[in-house]
Amino acid sequence: MTRWTMIADLRRCVGCQTCTAACKHANATPPGVQWRRVLDMEVGEYPNVQRVFVPTGCQHCDDPPCMTVCPSTATRKRPDGIVTIDYDLCIGCAYCAVACPYQARYKTEKPTFAYGQMSEHEQARFDEGRIGVATKCTFCVDRIDYGLEHGLTPGIDPEATPACVNSCLAQALAFGDGDDPDSNVSQLLARNKSFRMHEEVGTGPNFHYLWDAKDDDDDEAGR
Amino acid sequence: MSYGPNPWQQTNWDARAAGNFMGGGAGCGLLLFATAAGAQGTLRVVLVVVALALIGVGLLCVWAEIGRPWRALNVFFHPQTSWMSREAAVAPLLMASGAASLLWPQLQPLAAVLAAVFLYCQARILQACKGIPAWREPMTVPLVAATGLAEGAGLYWILAPWWGQGNILSWLTLGALLLLRFVLGSAWRRRLAAALRPASLRAVDRTALGWKAGSLLPLALVLIGAAAPPLPSVAALLLQLLAGLLALGGGALFKFMLVTKAGFNQGFALPHLPVRGVRRG
Repeated sequence: MTRWTMIADLRRCVGCQTCTAACKHANATPPGVQWRRVLDMEVGEYPNVQRVFVPTGCQHCDDPPCMTVCPSTATRKRPDGIVTIDYDLCIGCAYCAVACPYQARYKTEKPTFAYGQMSEHEQARFDEGRIGVATKCTFCVDRIDYGLEHGLTPGIDPEATPACVNSCLAQALAFGDGDDPDSNVSQLLARNKSFRMHEEVGTGPNFHYLWDAKDDDDDEAGR
Repeated sequence: MSYGPNPWQQTNWDARAAGNFMGGGAGCGLLLFATAAGAQGTLRVVLVVVALALIGVGLLCVWAEIGRPWRALNVFFHPQTSWMSREAAVAPLLMASGAASLLWPQLQPLAAVLAAVFLYCQARILQACKGIPAWREPMTVPLVAATGLAEGAGLYWILAPWWGQGNILSWLTLGALLLLRFVLGSAWRRRLAAALRPASLRAVDRTALGWKAGSLLPLALVLIGAAAPPLPSVAALLLQLLAGLLALGGGALFKFMLVTKAGFNQGFALPHLPVRGVRRG
């Protein structure tokens, strides 16, 4: 089986927000909607303070609470693990948005534009179907499907890889098949210590954060 | 311990969503209580009509909130797992059986059972929200259900005395429900405190006075009414009216607060910090 997985290396992310911009460009999201968001977190207390940049978004969970609660079946999960929204089915009740522990879902009540009036490029890409419904990161599912149809490998070939990963200038973001032990993401997870956010909620997110290299002792202990 | 983006109050569900829990809870509670108390004659009709009206207004509130109201029928598509679909599926049966019971009183117990199911669905809707710690707390289910029942009992005692109905047993039941609601609410608050949810806790505590006034004060009135020697009819009526209003108001205030003030998400947290450069001790 395939299970698409995203990795963010917290040691590498510099908070440049290029992934956020690339996502907005690729998916034409309106102002205030960031399917790929980068948090700027300050952790600790003076003088031991650390600044951490944390890319977040839909975690494409194994057991997505958004799908469980969705009354219209608009939210579904593909066999490859990607959680999708059918904008034609969604009633915009926002139940999924309050069920998501990652604040990954947005509902835009009315059209909004970066500079008030609709610009030419906003006009070209405006989608009425996204108004009044839930939206979120799709892992650029159209790029993945296009790539697979053309014999490309998502996470390796840029044409088949989510826009945020392609744009990351620090190579902090990686994407690939988490079920393939030889994939780039499996290798990264094998070589590094990682965690998933809000693990205690039991959603099984497919978004991993790397925070340190594994040392030999860890390997022997199977960590 | 992280000090990143702190939890913030969810904004997806506003007063309109709260209206569904307020109207639906009170309406279902009233239908149940009116059936259990054996309301008769005109009072029975009035209580059933008020109950259905409250439930209907609650559903209208939700309809006014959804982004695509003309697709509202899609709400029925996922009863396998969605408590919202289940609530929606019960609603027409409840409204139909309730309306039919106006003509055929023998159908009222069926409507009452459906009201109980509807109320339970509402409580589970909130508890299924994994993104909101104050809602996903398991104690939310009995608390929201007990709140609806106490509100219904309060409404009954606002209306029943005008028709000369309401006996000591239903008066004491109001007191028992108020006590149950207060005990469950206190336990729910303790669990929030133990789970370190300070933002939600602050919102809860800001309405603590209203919560206590809506639970303990009417409970005291119930005890006074039960223990005191027979009161003049006007005094008894005022006592019953006040207890009912407080029970109703306290429940409505709690649910409004729960949805619109205590619905903080859990923010973001990092169990580990990135190790860059020289390792920290």
